[in-house]
Amino acid sequence: MQTEIVIAGFGGQGVLFAGQLLAYAAMDNGLEVTWIPSYGPEMRGGTANCTVIISDEEIGSPIVRNPQVALVLNRPSLDKYEPLVKVGGLLVVNASLVDRSVGRRDIQVVMVPANEIAEQLGDRRVANMVMLGAMLANHPVLSVEAVVKAMEAHMLSRHRNLLPLNVAALQEGAKFLAGQLQSA
Amino acid sequence: MARELWKGNIAIAEAAVRAGLEAYFGYPITPQTELLEYLSMRMPELGRVFVQAESELGAINMVYGAACTGVRVMTSSSSPGISLMMEGLSYIAGTEVPVVLVDVMRGGPGLGNIAPAQGDYNQIVHGGGHGDYRPIVLAPSNIQEAIDLTMLAFDLAEAYRAIAVVLLDGSLGQMMEPAEMPPLRPLKSTYPDWAVRGAIGRERRVLSSIYLDPPLEEEANLRILRRWQQVEANEVRYKGYYLEDARFVVVGFGTAGRVALSAVRAARAEGIRVGLLRPITVSPFPSRVLRELADQVEGFLVVEMNTGQMLEDVLRAVEGRAPVEFFARLGGVMPLPEEVLDEIKRMASTPLSVDGHPRERWLQRMLQPA
Repeated sequence: MQTEIVIAGFGGQGVLFAGQLLAYAAMDNGLEVTWIPSYGPEMRGGTANCTVIISDEEIGSPIVRNPQVALVLNRPSLDKYEPLVKVGGLLVVNASLVDRSVGRRDIQVVMVPANEIAEQLGDRRVANMVMLGAMLANHPVLSVEAVVKAMEAHMLSRHRNLLPLNVAALQEGAKFLAGQLQSA
Repeated sequence: MARELWKGNIAIAEAAVRAGLEAYFGYPITPQTELLEYLSMRMPELGRVFVQAESELGAINMVYGAACTGVRVMTSSSSPGISLMMEGLSYIAGTEVPVVLVDVMRGGPGLGNIAPAQGDYNQIVHGGGHGDYRPIVLAPSNIQEAIDLTMLAFDLAEAYRAIAVVLLDGSLGQMMEPAEMPPLRPLKSTYPDWAVRGAIGRERRVLSSIYLDPPLEEEANLRILRRWQQVEANEVRYKGYYLEDARFVVVGFGTAGRVALSAVRAARAEGIRVGLLRPITVSPFPSRVLRELADQVEGFLVVEMNTGQMLEDVLRAVEGRAPVEFFARLGGVMPLPEEVLDEIKRMASTPLSVDGHPRERWLQRMLQPA
């Protein structure tokens, strides 16, 4: 069993951190995991993305053409990854920064106003956690609880005061459930 | 020991520290810089030597000097920086002192780019510095292996008074995976009888790569060659996957090897009996196992992130006993499992040609897509 997850957005939206958190949770649950960033010049200000592969056996290729899951935090990332998600896969869209709907009907789609939710929670920087929560609620690879535990276990002590905010963001995101696929 | 999440570059740095690294000299270059950055913090913390040199030339010659004292010493760089170190590496080889070198390869030639590639294979395995020497070259394909092979590199370099290279590409340098870090080994307290550490109360020792008298140089060349024969006899390492009943065998090292693993599994799921041979030492090369497989299989597929540099070593090992095909992506483009799967399917469904060179056939296919 292998799950490939792409997380994409602008630099500064926390896409690499969200992926690392997933990787920690996978490791703590005894799974194999590979986290790989795009590390080109685009890291500075442009788009950023990372791929997380979670598996119960030795992981082969660190990159995939068609991920099962994509979390897109802005419009360029939606345009890039909507066509690539595997049929039957999951696309989580940050509706706050995307001004169009999703065309595909052969994948599950979750539209999450992640920035607005993060701002309601008091810190726009946790939009990435809102997105991650929405993904976890719609895909069985890991539970929200597993990711909360990973955050508790691996968060630096000086950031510990941010834990409740991040947990709340995950839980708010997890309230967004995709509709059932019609034909699949 | 619990698994922790390690980034490749940092994992290699910490593994070197645990192996007893006493002195590091280097110069920053992407996609390797985290290795140097981490050691700039970690080495002084332990009271060990870290120097960011003025250039790669400075770094490799500092490494040369430190290695002569018999301590464990390392440098690291990425492709263009490694090129700059070649003169120093040849002097190190000629002086027969142990050194560990890490090359986190990027796209080239020239300045190229910072994306993952395997174009340094020939430079590291077959060439580089002038004169007659061969480095031991270890090619990890995941973070645990990067840690284990870095530790091993120090042991092998010392055992054979050789240069041991950890050869990986930028994607492994930047990747994070869970891995177990071995415990911190104590620093050496005894030194080999060739080391120069102060001659008070004993005969002086001279370490040099200069042998003006040709018969003495010939002797040195033979000494280096005999050690290499021991390396070839004792240190070949590889990992086989699904080889037992394989009709076809994919051969790839490092990242190309693990991309091929995904393709091999996908092909197995479609009923094609295919296996993978992933060289872990690309020098010494696992020629014997390839020759043995050549008598059992219908063909090989070599997958690389260069234009077929290891391919030549595979051809030499297979000796024409089985058809060999080739697939590659170049210049920092990573091959995808789907692309390798297409090659496997093609091999399984069409008669294999042995006309011309596999590289030539690959180019033809690339220029005229089906």
